[in-house]
Amino acid sequence: MLSKSAQAVKNAAHENSSKMTYTLEALPYAQDALAPHISAETLDFHYGKHHAGYVTRLNSLIASSDLKSLSIEEITAKGPTNVPAGIYNSAAQTYNHTFYWKSLAPAATRQAAPSQKLNDLIVKSFGSFDAFKTKFSDVAAGHFGSGWAWLVQDKSSGLLKIVDTHDAVSVVHDTTVKPILVCDVWEHAYYIDYRNLRPKYIESWWSLVNWQFAESNLI
Amino acid sequence: MLTRLALTTPRLTRGFAAAAATGGVSKFSLPDLSFAPGALEPFISAQIMEIHHAKHHQTYVNNLNIAIEKLEEAVHKKDAAAVLALNSAINFNYGGHVNHTIFWKNLAPQSQGGGDLQKGALQAALTKQFGSLDSFITNFNGQAAAVQGSGWGWLVYNKTTKSLEIATTSNQDPILGHRVPLLGIDVWEHAYYLQYKNVRPDYLKNIWNVVNWKDVSERYLAASQ
Repeated sequence: MLSKSAQAVKNAAHENSSKMTYTLEALPYAQDALAPHISAETLDFHYGKHHAGYVTRLNSLIASSDLKSLSIEEITAKGPTNVPAGIYNSAAQTYNHTFYWKSLAPAATRQAAPSQKLNDLIVKSFGSFDAFKTKFSDVAAGHFGSGWAWLVQDKSSGLLKIVDTHDAVSVVHDTTVKPILVCDVWEHAYYIDYRNLRPKYIESWWSLVNWQFAESNLI
Repeated sequence: MLTRLALTTPRLTRGFAAAAATGGVSKFSLPDLSFAPGALEPFISAQIMEIHHAKHHQTYVNNLNIAIEKLEEAVHKKDAAAVLALNSAINFNYGGHVNHTIFWKNLAPQSQGGGDLQKGALQAALTKQFGSLDSFITNFNGQAAAVQGSGWGWLVYNKTTKSLEIATTSNQDPILGHRVPLLGIDVWEHAYYLQYKNVRPDYLKNIWNVVNWKDVSERYLAASQ
């Protein structure tokens, strides 16, 4: 079953009913809009090569698959063990990146802090905003290898929690949670700007968090 | 459970725990490179080599030593749960340390024989197993390019079948057991990104110019004795 947010982020798949192809969703801001925290050069590769590459690969793999009537979210929601690896990886990476771009906003124009409603939920879930920030940063920095750090909302308790996933794996197949925010900790997300210093990149991620997007994802 | 289940090997931690119990785990340290960081240019830039060796590898060494210290404490307190909880950190950082230690030795500047596979036992075995050196490289590069996320491509000697094999590992999982690592190629993005960006296949194509076949051959002879 698809979560509501997954449907809201009916992202890169602008499906064409006669010829099923997936397209790369436009960035929600200019390529240099996240500088100096994340450079235009990083976005040039991260969006223009990596993200675009996953869409291209998905289109080439899906042609002969009976999954081709599904949206990117629907393929991702099947989970990593129920879809051929190449198709899952391409679809989930497309979904994850689209969600990542939406999790960020230009520092100058974004809402600088979570709304009262979101902040209250953060405090209720983690004790304090600082405790949340520390825990999320630790999970993201401590993730072994490539992957993603997520803020998700537990559908039964309504509380927020932090999870990390490996490589292409998304959270969409977990029907107990709803994704709220994501931080990409693949090295390609930060290597041009920060080299090996993943914690510095995570610090910059905090300067770019799109709190309005986060709030819009709450149940 | 969202994160992939750790496929790490508890026996690795058991081995360290046994050594820790007898006070026998010594501090790990960063080995020197046996060539200047710029010596692999133009195939691998000096900048990549400097950061890869002095920053990335050093971090694995530091975090391994921290994990071992915690392990010694846990063993001392006879806290089995704490020992087990250190499993993934030890696997990751120990793997990161041994994999990179092999990798540096597996590389050599062309002026020191890099890229030159001489006739001999390894060359004969590679030809027998894969048809030719070229078809071995094509096969190896195909598998290494397809590693999802971070990991390694390997040429290993299988002691059970007494033959050469191509293998891949995820993250920093080390090659253990009946397979002996002969040649490891790092396909983490940090191994190539500053020079090759997203184009991992170009990095894989070029790295064979600086493979230290002499070192790989010595490992093969030692493993196949």
